[in-house]
Amino acid sequence: MGPFMSPFNNLLCMLLGISFTVWFTLLLVFIIVPAIFGLSFGIRGLYMKTLLKVFKWATVRMERGAKEKNHLLYKPYSLNGIIAKEPTSLEEELKEIRRNGSSRDLDGSASSTTTGPSPSTSEFEMSDTFYFCRRGIESIVDDEVTKRFTAEELESWNLLTRSNYNFQHISTRLTVLWGLGVVIRYGFLLPLRLTLAITGVSLLVVFTTMIGFLPNGRVKHFLSEKVHLMCYRICVRALTAIITYHHSENKPKNGGICVANHTSPIDVIILASDGCYAMVGQIHGGLMGLIQKSMVKACPHIWFERSEVKDRHLVAKRLSDHVKDKSKLPILIFPEGTCINNTSVMMFKKGSFEIASTVYPVAIKYDPRFGDAFWNSSKFGMVNYLLRMMSSWAIVCSVWYLPPMSRQEGEDAVQFANRVKAAIARQGGLVDLLWDGGLKRGKVKDTFKEEQQKLYSKILVGTQENRSRS
Amino acid sequence: MGLQGWRNVLALKTSKNNNRAAWQRAFPVPLSHSQITRLYSRFHSLDKGENGALSREDFQRIPELAINPLGDRIINAFFPEGEDQANFRGFMRTLAHFRPVEDNEKNKDLTSGEPLNSRTNKLLFAFRLYDLDRDDKISRDELLQVLRMMVGVNISDEQLGSIADRTIQEADTNGDMCISFSEFIKVLEKVDVEQKMSIRFLH
Repeated sequence: MGPFMSPFNNLLCMLLGISFTVWFTLLLVFIIVPAIFGLSFGIRGLYMKTLLKVFKWATVRMERGAKEKNHLLYKPYSLNGIIAKEPTSLEEELKEIRRNGSSRDLDGSASSTTTGPSPSTSEFEMSDTFYFCRRGIESIVDDEVTKRFTAEELESWNLLTRSNYNFQHISTRLTVLWGLGVVIRYGFLLPLRLTLAITGVSLLVVFTTMIGFLPNGRVKHFLSEKVHLMCYRICVRALTAIITYHHSENKPKNGGICVANHTSPIDVIILASDGCYAMVGQIHGGLMGLIQKSMVKACPHIWFERSEVKDRHLVAKRLSDHVKDKSKLPILIFPEGTCINNTSVMMFKKGSFEIASTVYPVAIKYDPRFGDAFWNSSKFGMVNYLLRMMSSWAIVCSVWYLPPMSRQEGEDAVQFANRVKAAIARQGGLVDLLWDGGLKRGKVKDTFKEEQQKLYSKILVGTQENRSRS
Repeated sequence: MGLQGWRNVLALKTSKNNNRAAWQRAFPVPLSHSQITRLYSRFHSLDKGENGALSREDFQRIPELAINPLGDRIINAFFPEGEDQANFRGFMRTLAHFRPVEDNEKNKDLTSGEPLNSRTNKLLFAFRLYDLDRDDKISRDELLQVLRMMVGVNISDEQLGSIADRTIQEADTNGDMCISFSEFIKVLEKVDVEQKMSIRFLH
């Protein structure tokens, strides 16, 4: 058995050795070296164009096949809404209903058929419930909030079964294409990306720890910047993220706060691969904690212990101290506080807007055709999420740096936050909502219901005062 | 009807002649295909437990409904006769009350009996928002309850009581101090119920 196996063994070892060497050389030349210098071969752009052509073909094929077989296609409900909503207010509607339907007359005497044009003298009508009833049913059919916490649904199919409810065997060609897609994604792309991710993270930890030994000064700052950028760029390639940056002249400067809309943890990697920021967050255990501890050795990030997070004054103090020191990097904050599905921007928490400094808003918009970047934390854990990210085709997004804003005279933190939010929503083409992202997990506060009740009571009571006067 | 059930529906092979008949058998209301598919996907997204039926908690998770003063009564309408799960058929039946009335013109040959979205049935829906115990009468207490839901804490009991008394006095024609359904219809005869209690579907 010995002499029989050994030539094959040798051959096998040689083949494995050669393929590993080739693999790593390719990796180094095409991915890691450009990452270090921030260059690009343009491979990813080409990849993106090819993919788009394939998706379009797949969608057309699927629709054609469905029509031939007389099937029905599942249509995503979140696009364009299912119903037409008229944005009339409570007062307007009640006036309208009463004007047309009132059977009382102006001076309140119980006569029958005159329709009074002035609604303020009519009081409770049984038809007042119609407004609330219709609004309630409209919100059951289509509301603005719950659909922000699940992945956006697509019209066209991107060859991932996870995003398609219509997937059945419609045509052989389509199924073969899908199968090929699976092989490419899981057999080639995923291992490649995992290797890159591991390389990137280990380099980050090792180099930042090494830099930590240097004395504080210009050299340390310079090196730390280079190391952070390099490692984040490798991570960007690990996700095959194709990012377009707009208006780089507005990039955040030292002593400022950068705010952005939040869709997933990947937002951090996307922003940090184009500029250096001081991160803010809670210290975790495990691998995350290790990364956090080594990063803070090279340059000052703001990490909080779990117990300190609750203390708002402490948080505000540390942030303002950091911001006052002009040699420190700009802080990166996501004021929504939770991940939203990138179709809208939800309420910004006012904490970061109370600190007196310039705010640099950034809008991030992902292209959902290539892979859905939204982290639905109630459905997937972090590891599951990263694996899904690495086995999609690509992450394509646009980043807009907006001009800096500061709080104006007579404006309080909440108004300032809303102003910044509106600017970000406008730039990114997102819907600007006043609802709190915390509604993902918690119940809505009763104060909103009380506001509506107060408004209705005013309409009723206002008329009582008129009555007593006349 | 979970995702698998939905796939079965999608694969429903309808021949050209009895397209409509097949849909009528499957669903109680004549909506277009795309409207039904979108409503189903909405139903599915509300159904967090993925058991093919909605519970009251599923409805209360909608923030805009939770802050609606009449939210609880509206949710009640989806759960008739003390059940606590609403399946897709029931969901559609309740929503069908809110279809605009013009749509009936196209489907005259198919409807037997009064359609769910007729003016009378819309008024019945509104009547049932008040009449919690289903005795076909709105008593003073029931009226007070609904008033209290709509005004919160902003109006005193006495004022509310006098509003209720005045309303009953004006509507009540047979002197039983309650508002029956026919008295309700009479009070609202001039109101444009068809428009105010309809939601317009896109496509």
